[in-house]
Amino acid sequence: MADQLIHQLLIPVLYIVAIVLPLIIAVAMFVYWERKVIGWMHVRMGPNKIGPFGLLQAFADVVKLLIKEVILPTKANRALYYLAPLLALIPALAAWAVVPFSSKMVLSNANAGVLYLLAMTSMGVYGIILAGWASNSRYALLGAMRSAAQVISYELAMGLCLVCVLVLAGSLNLTDIVNAQAGHKGLFGWFWLPLLPVFVIYFISGVAETNRAPFDVAEGESEIVAGFHVEYSGSAFAIFFLAEYANMILVSFLAAILFMGGWLSPFPDTWGFIGQGGFIWLFIKAFLFAFLFLWFRATFPRYRYDQIMRLGWKVFIPIAIVWVLVAGCMKYYGLVTIGTGV
Amino acid sequence: MNPQLFQLICFYAFGFVTVAAALSVITLKNTVHAVLALVLTFFSAACLWMLLDAEFLALALIVVYVGAVMVLFLFVVMMLDLDQEKLREGFVKFLPIGLIVAAAMLVEMLGLIGVRAMHTQVMGADPAATAGTSNTAWLGHALYTQYLLPFEVAALILTVGVVAAVALTLRQRGDARYESASQQVKVSPRDRVRIVKMAAERPVDETPAPPQESKS
Repeated sequence: MADQLIHQLLIPVLYIVAIVLPLIIAVAMFVYWERKVIGWMHVRMGPNKIGPFGLLQAFADVVKLLIKEVILPTKANRALYYLAPLLALIPALAAWAVVPFSSKMVLSNANAGVLYLLAMTSMGVYGIILAGWASNSRYALLGAMRSAAQVISYELAMGLCLVCVLVLAGSLNLTDIVNAQAGHKGLFGWFWLPLLPVFVIYFISGVAETNRAPFDVAEGESEIVAGFHVEYSGSAFAIFFLAEYANMILVSFLAAILFMGGWLSPFPDTWGFIGQGGFIWLFIKAFLFAFLFLWFRATFPRYRYDQIMRLGWKVFIPIAIVWVLVAGCMKYYGLVTIGTGV
Repeated sequence: MNPQLFQLICFYAFGFVTVAAALSVITLKNTVHAVLALVLTFFSAACLWMLLDAEFLALALIVVYVGAVMVLFLFVVMMLDLDQEKLREGFVKFLPIGLIVAAAMLVEMLGLIGVRAMHTQVMGADPAATAGTSNTAWLGHALYTQYLLPFEVAALILTVGVVAAVALTLRQRGDARYESASQQVKVSPRDRVRIVKMAAERPVDETPAPPQESKS
């Protein structure tokens, strides 16, 4: 009885801790890396005082946020105000359950993994909307409205991109999707090549879904102060921050898994150990995508609201719909060879 | 723990949350809270479907209703300045109609339970389990082969609905002026700004001109 309990309950919990804990540390290091990279791009130093090369800056910020007071605005909706950060964080962490780190390392090898991911990422918007509404602040409400409209618009484009991947891979399971990209062609056997426009749309939609620059009208410092989280302070703000960065890392991992062959090596498998797949490849690819988020932020000015809507509805969705047909034809006429994995 | 017992406990827990949330949709005073209770109802209904191995339906329910439809609902409810008292006024007036609808639903449910009790498998065995594939794979296969025509007809009806919704809201006033975003993004700096090269310093005139009145 006790043995069974340990097997069925304790081990999954340990697995969850083994994913969530490194994720939180990765978020802290990502924040440090972001400030450093943007500093270099602005010809500044970035954080360099706390710890060697400023490495402990992120942890100092976390401690600072945690010991600050959480202020409840006057006439705010108390229950929803405190619930909103959790509603943002829970889907951001839950989505990691189906992410495969290598051919064997996955917490839940669910058959409908991609659908589960779509379900989780679409639920994150509730945290933002409720935060905006419950704060009883005009700026926060405006930010929440913008965010809701933007996330719904780009979710459609993102969903259609995923449909293209599903058509080619013939499966909703993320491990199967990576295995479908395996083969002797290495880098050129991955889905980014036949699905190039869709790959670009997916990543840009991912940037828009996480409300990052240049799509950060939901926070727009120069127009609505800080958008939906303007009234939040201390640990409540820290939770929003954590959810946003966890989502960015998730989008990076998914771009690597769906289009860039996940843990597969870009070199032919006859090249010795660098030709072998492994989670290190996935981390390298995800790191490069995560770096793009920072590069965009340092490079592009913010989109205007109507331009964001136009880009989503009039450019991305039509291209993605056409590419679903193209992907179907490619699959039907056998132009794309699908590997079965090892 | 016995897996079947655990499943039963989960079923009752999800069922209780579904019913409690559905009740609070109609009893909560604050409309935003009511919408959130509806979200919870959908979510726990999806959990119930997940228990029945209907994973595709459960996740589609979350993606479509929780992720999109209810967000728009919340969007609208948050923007409206609703008068709480007015909303409660019609309760007694509409009570008979509500009771009739409730009675009809009760009879339908009892009929369904009766049919299930007499023939345990009125619809036949679970086809996905018989075919030995996952629920999602079987559903996709069935939709695109056996039920292709109804599926396409449903898609067509939905498209007509979308076109109708757009047509209803697309009103253009003759005197209104719009910005064309596509023209705006096509603009190149050359059309707006002329960069002129000139020396950093100019030779100073020997005789300064008499001050003139500025021309507008």
